[in-house]
Amino acid sequence: MEPFAYRRAATVEDALATPGATFLGGGTNLVDLMRLGVAAPGRLVDVSRLNAEIEETPDGGLRVGAGVRNNDLAFDTRVRERWPAVAQALLAGASGQLRNLATTGGNLLQRTRCSYFQDVTKPCNKREPGSGCPAIEGDHHNLAILGWSQRCVATHPSDLAVALVAFDALVHTSRRTLPLAELHRLPGDEPARDSVLERDELIVAVELPPLPLARRSAYRKVRERASFAFALVSVAAAYDGEDVRIALGGVAHTPWRAAAAEQAIRGGASFRDAAEAELAQARPLRDNAYKVPLAVNTIVRVLEELAG
Amino acid sequence: MAELHPVSLTVNGDEHSLVVDTRTSLLDLLREHLGLTGSKKGCDHGQCGACTVLLDGRRANACLVLAVAADGCDVVSVEGLEHPLQDAFVERDAFQCGYCTPGQLCSAVGLIEEAEREGAHVDGTYVRERMSGNICRCGAYPNIVAAIEDVL
Repeated sequence: MEPFAYRRAATVEDALATPGATFLGGGTNLVDLMRLGVAAPGRLVDVSRLNAEIEETPDGGLRVGAGVRNNDLAFDTRVRERWPAVAQALLAGASGQLRNLATTGGNLLQRTRCSYFQDVTKPCNKREPGSGCPAIEGDHHNLAILGWSQRCVATHPSDLAVALVAFDALVHTSRRTLPLAELHRLPGDEPARDSVLERDELIVAVELPPLPLARRSAYRKVRERASFAFALVSVAAAYDGEDVRIALGGVAHTPWRAAAAEQAIRGGASFRDAAEAELAQARPLRDNAYKVPLAVNTIVRVLEELAG
Repeated sequence: MAELHPVSLTVNGDEHSLVVDTRTSLLDLLREHLGLTGSKKGCDHGQCGACTVLLDGRRANACLVLAVAADGCDVVSVEGLEHPLQDAFVERDAFQCGYCTPGQLCSAVGLIEEAEREGAHVDGTYVRERMSGNICRCGAYPNIVAAIEDVL
């Protein structure tokens, strides 16, 4: 690990007072990447103790501070009652001890677990722009089927983000408010950039707008072992017999809102036809075509369970 | 060049003030600076759970916490643990080589705290799911689960 300066921020303003610094949340991803040599920030500003509150908004939504730890958010009774898929997604991620450390803001900005990205002896356009993407011809069984580019086929690893994007969450930063659906970006020609955030822009909170539909929601994660593994495919969905929200995880460089499937269901399509309409745009790689039927079947399964 | 930084924390009830390289993990602070070698370094990547300690009462992977980020915190490692779970582990023979045991113990105490916060009904399925961050190479899982269930 390269040497670095460390400072704990007292306020958001204080956190922004060191230009070019890297923000440290719970450290569960960043510290590991530093140890692997993937990240080598010269200055860390610790923001993990800022914005640690969950507050009701005047319109009946919830404002979740960026410093709220994953377990605290998952255990919050308001989240469990009004957005159960959010609580389920959190508890489907990582392990109990990691969830006590990991923050809400850090969860959204965690880096891909693509094995080439995490291995500094291999080329990777995300880690070292222009060096190439060995995953396209190499081990990509767990990588993207939607929205990838010739430069990068990595997936976004967050479970929480999948549920949040399904429920139209907003992200408040030190500069602006934007829909969470616009926070992450597809890799395109610039896979090194996971999100649209600028340097020295800090996530301060995530807002869940009121959504009565989300009371009937669920998160299902398919992985290679029963617990403590990243998603091959995951689905966050809400359905009340009429209206619907669906998002997919493990399939793209962003959490993937399944707008085509939602539109098809509102138009009267069967769950299976709707799911197939969404996955019609998939471009599987040599070894991950299994994700297409897996995603279709998981969407159908979650919606059938919600339909009761 | 190494960046040095002061850190003060309480470990198993004792206050410590040190100056450490910012790269020092909480795990290395415990093991190398304080000589508390109960917490183990298995993977050093947060995947095996052998380093699990209680940080301000909650279980955490000491390998992924920078020591400087734990400034002001209250840490309990296995050396400071006093819990019926330890007797239950002996009673149930919930280990073989013992390398993962300190982490299993701290993690299980944390699990009990989390179950109370969550208001969860705890059974074997719940224990197996919530202990998935602790790997046991010897495969003592059935007895670990039984020991935890004994103290609930």
